[in-house]
Amino acid sequence: MTDTDDPDVTIDSKDASCPGPLMDLIGKVKTLDAGTVVELQTTARNSTTDVPEWLEEAGHDLLEIEERDEYWSIYLEVN
Amino acid sequence: MHRIAIVGGGTGGTVLANRLASELRTEIEAGTVEVRLITADPNHVYKPTFLYVPFGKKTVDDAKRPIEDLVDSRVSLTIDEVTDVNTDRNRLSLADRTASLRYDQLVLATGANLEPEAVPGLAEGGHHFYGPDGATRLRDELAEFTEGHLVLSVVGVPHMCPAAPVEFPLMVDDWLRERGRREDVEITYTYPINRAHGLESVADWATDLFEERDIALETFFNVDEVDPDAEVIETVEGDELEYDLLVAIPPHRGSDLVIDAGLGEDGWVDVDRHTLEATAAEDVYAIGDVADVPTSKAGSVAHYEAGAVADRIASRARGETPTATYDGKTVCFLEAGMDEATFIEFTYGEEPFVREPSKPIHWAKLGYNESYWLTARGLL
Repeated sequence: MTDTDDPDVTIDSKDASCPGPLMDLIGKVKTLDAGTVVELQTTARNSTTDVPEWLEEAGHDLLEIEERDEYWSIYLEVN
Repeated sequence: MHRIAIVGGGTGGTVLANRLASELRTEIEAGTVEVRLITADPNHVYKPTFLYVPFGKKTVDDAKRPIEDLVDSRVSLTIDEVTDVNTDRNRLSLADRTASLRYDQLVLATGANLEPEAVPGLAEGGHHFYGPDGATRLRDELAEFTEGHLVLSVVGVPHMCPAAPVEFPLMVDDWLRERGRREDVEITYTYPINRAHGLESVADWATDLFEERDIALETFFNVDEVDPDAEVIETVEGDELEYDLLVAIPPHRGSDLVIDAGLGEDGWVDVDRHTLEATAAEDVYAIGDVADVPTSKAGSVAHYEAGAVADRIASRARGETPTATYDGKTVCFLEAGMDEATFIEFTYGEEPFVREPSKPIHWAKLGYNESYWLTARGLL
């Protein structure tokens, strides 16, 4: 089993309007310990580029982006 | 007796209590239903007023009115602090009462709390306009601020009123120009993600206006700590920014009551985004800032959520199946300076359209701020 099969924290940002999935993620990541695996669920296509870009800037690890039927699951590990 | 308890006397709690007093008028008068509003603060506070305090356009006293003047006489008002929520036994403990209160349906509307101390150095080095003391201190500081670098930084995520961080630099730009000080003040706006706002349309709108008004924009800017002596902000991304006057959107937190009751790990209540029913307990709803829903922490959200929850609660009190739902409706006014504004309106998953700012919308915003007291009474 990989980390992404069983994330420690799931953030449901599907249909998030204001302020949006990346802001939801940043708010949550600030409260988490290093090593925590997070699944961000989003229906916003631009999250699949915005989120990896922020993870790179902030020094967290992108694990995987999985396209599901009606949303994307973005898996990451907090550093 | 069917007992409905509402905890919190802000926009959500007050509007809800008044809506229920109206919808369940007959049952309350017959003594079969009780609507009880429990709030620790004897005053109702309308927080959007604080944005105008630093500019001398409003006072902190304009933001508050005694809550007993705003609630319907059919509402039982209890000024007390709720210290514990027991969702297994449907009971609330209060600070000043030995006997706990039983509820059949409970609504948590306890709002958001400011926590500047969560970021090292921020409480000492930064100002804010999210509460009466902060807004008053900022007014005094701004009155004396004639030159230097003013930084508006969105530090806390999530925070109340996502529009306010964009409004402040546009207003302060105008305010400083009117006073002939703008040439000696540099203004920078910082935001955590890769654009000026979470909503793309607002980000595009603000970015154009910032450029027009010579307001610098820093993105991917997440404050790690503030050095109040050196007047430097350090970010998670490894950047540094010097300031002379730092106006921050401080970190917010939910409620310990929520954490202790097992209703949400970080103090915001986990709810179904349409029914606003708590996911971890029966007979519990949350509305307003304390409810964890994917839209703004804003007064309009609390207001519309209160409408949906009032219908659901009234249906259940009458033994009917509740059908009303909340669709994420959010309305935000946006000041574009000291005398022009626009507004946006959207529901879950929708991208709003930002209209051209105008003077009539600015006056509509100020007019609404006055007529807000009718909203709190459940009349508007």
